[in-house]
Amino acid sequence: MGKVLMKGNEAIGEAAIKAGCLNYFAYPITPQSEVAEYLSRRLPEVDGVFLQGESEVAVSYMVFGAAACGERVFTTSSSPGISLMSEAISYIAGAECPAVFVNIMRGGPGLGGILPSQADYLQATKGIGHGDFRLLVMAPASVQEAVEMVMMAFPLAEKYRNPVMILGDGLIGQMMEPVEFPDRLQSEPINKDDWATNGMAMRKSEQRNLVKSLFLDPEQLNAHNLVLKAKYERMAREEVKYDSYNTAVNYKALVVSYGTMSRVCRTAIDDLKADGFEVGMIRPQIVFPFPESAVYDAASKKSCKIVICIEMSMGQMVEDVERSVKGIRPVRWYGKCGGEVPTPEEVMDAIKACEE
Amino acid sequence: MQSEVMFAGFGGQGILLSGKMLAEAAMAKGFEVAWVPSYGPEMRGGTAYCMVVVSEKSIASPIIQNPMHLIAMNRPSLEKFAPVVKPSGVVLINSSLISAGAGRDDIDELALPVTEIARELGSVKIANIVALGAFVARSKIVDFESLRKTVKEEFADKEKFIPLNMAALDRGKKMALEVEPSNIPRPS
Amino acid sequence: MGKTFQKPISLAEQDTHYCPGCTHGVIHRLVAEVIDELDVRSRTVGIAPVGCAVLAYNYFTFDFLEAAHGRAPAVATGIKRVRPDLIVFTYQGDGDLASIGMAEIIHAANRGEKFTTIFVNNAVYGMTGGQMAPTTMPNQRTTTSPLGRNVEEVGMPIKVAELLSSFETPGYISRQAVLRPKYIVKAKKAIKKAFEYQMQNRCFSFVELVSNCPTNWGLTPVESIKWAEETLLPYYKLGEFKNPDDVEEG
Repeated sequence: MGKVLMKGNEAIGEAAIKAGCLNYFAYPITPQSEVAEYLSRRLPEVDGVFLQGESEVAVSYMVFGAAACGERVFTTSSSPGISLMSEAISYIAGAECPAVFVNIMRGGPGLGGILPSQADYLQATKGIGHGDFRLLVMAPASVQEAVEMVMMAFPLAEKYRNPVMILGDGLIGQMMEPVEFPDRLQSEPINKDDWATNGMAMRKSEQRNLVKSLFLDPEQLNAHNLVLKAKYERMAREEVKYDSYNTAVNYKALVVSYGTMSRVCRTAIDDLKADGFEVGMIRPQIVFPFPESAVYDAASKKSCKIVICIEMSMGQMVEDVERSVKGIRPVRWYGKCGGEVPTPEEVMDAIKACEE
Repeated sequence: MQSEVMFAGFGGQGILLSGKMLAEAAMAKGFEVAWVPSYGPEMRGGTAYCMVVVSEKSIASPIIQNPMHLIAMNRPSLEKFAPVVKPSGVVLINSSLISAGAGRDDIDELALPVTEIARELGSVKIANIVALGAFVARSKIVDFESLRKTVKEEFADKEKFIPLNMAALDRGKKMALEVEPSNIPRPS
Repeated sequence: MGKTFQKPISLAEQDTHYCPGCTHGVIHRLVAEVIDELDVRSRTVGIAPVGCAVLAYNYFTFDFLEAAHGRAPAVATGIKRVRPDLIVFTYQGDGDLASIGMAEIIHAANRGEKFTTIFVNNAVYGMTGGQMAPTTMPNQRTTTSPLGRNVEEVGMPIKVAELLSSFETPGYISRQAVLRPKYIVKAKKAIKKAFEYQMQNRCFSFVELVSNCPTNWGLTPVESIKWAEETLLPYYKLGEFKNPDDVEEG
């Protein structure tokens, strides 16, 4: 299959199908409703399941039910809807089921706006719901990367038996770019017979399975949380993913940025280079686990005087960057979060201002 | 080399679709492209615009402050975006709806009554296609034949509309080439 | 002579945590008997609520899933949509189903989801300690209505079976009781019918069971049965409210 021009939201829907996920539960919200519209047409063609539920709350529990049966399943929403799903996400993580959630972020808090934003970074990376748990969070910077991340998300969710989130800003959903769906990212679901409530007959077993997050015994609950903790530590060892830009030169400043924002930074970095001002960039592709060592190593380059975190939020990623930099360089922030994506010129000015 | 085209007008004027067809045509020619919409609660009658970025290499920022070119289908669009177009860019003005000019002497201004032409051809709905044909012929941002092919493919399942759309493209091209180009140096 | 009465295979060899005189045990048994009789244990998935029956999964021997408060119908929808071959039921109390989970049950019923809901109505929040429920009777004292339910302030108790029967979508909706053997026999018939409709892929099926709560009502088990008969049954009328054949014939 060659390249096709697709809107991010539609490409995300198609990517899930290509990844072997034929189950999708939907609730409309701008700026991601095109995923539902696309899949409402597309899933019946492949004998898949499409259902528009009565609320994000209900939809997220439909995902839980399908995931508990060991079927690949996903849903998509945008910030206020994701808040409503956060309860179910906690249950799914607690019950150790694999599922994929896509958040095409819009501005907040509250109803906020409908334009691109990265204001759900803390929500996504620090646990999202109640209890001690984490999501593996992937942050695409292009429609092509969104496709690839969706396709990778299902096997990763199964590997960890944990929800995976795709954290894209509104532009990732709304923009059209050429995409292709790589065959190499197709995968077979792993066998779930040892835990899924898929019916004893299905797995030819007399052993019943139980999917639950309730552990009334404090020792058992502590043990359960230790299992989850070990899982997140394993993610930190095995799933770190980032991209570097202009880091081979002796840069004076290091930018840390992700998603659409990082592309604006790339243009700003090119333009600054033309002015003789070198700036490097680390772009986390997975924001949880955070690429701490990569950021530290890049910050510790001798020429680097300052680290600047650039994002469409009021500095939600700063603490992860500061934690990674460990005080060896000052960390500054630049961003906007009303929905207007900062322009390359604004980013250039901000970098220059930080450096002065 | 990268150029950007801002398509702007009322919701319902086919702004987003004509932008998409340009992106498709450029993609078919091997360019990197990005189509960036404004998305708002407006579905009809509001202001709609989209930016199409066409580049020889991978596109960094999809957010563009100063586009190379502008297609303004209504007056608010012209007023909003004409001042930010890069020098020597093409500014296509739908003179059926806009009585003013871009007010700049460093751009290639092309005022064409695309809505009237569309009506003459049989449907005001194809004003966007007339404008697209004119713009592409004038700016040469993509090969005109590639655009024709893309538009044909767009209407593959509504074949009866193909002749009308082809006529719209060709008429746009003809008009764009009849108007004397402004004395503006083109970017190489 | 063989055994004439034994534990259903679907019921676990496990003492329950329910209070003395509580009817949850009876209802568990009825569900287990029906699942045995229909021979669907190996493809059944139950969904436990939040409430007294939160640990219901300990008492059955087939696959079970524990949902969040009120969300069991959404979870059941998810399962049934992706695995229509499974037999799925939710087991919910009145706080779970008629308060926090009202949206989920209404929409599942109205979509005609092909699963079964067993709704245990005892007019009180049990597990959390006897607070007022949407089904608490007028003037009934609870720990959050110490002077009795004031209908001026909080309205009348919700009749869920009647509410769900009002939908145009075909469904099976029945209200029975488990207060005495004469009711229990009918209750079992209704539960069996509900599962049969599910097996035939006919419709959403729902059995409300008027039950008791001696502990939180502050009564002995025997008194609680009498109170339920005198107070609950006149308001929560027993019977079959809706049947998929009604619609198809009429």
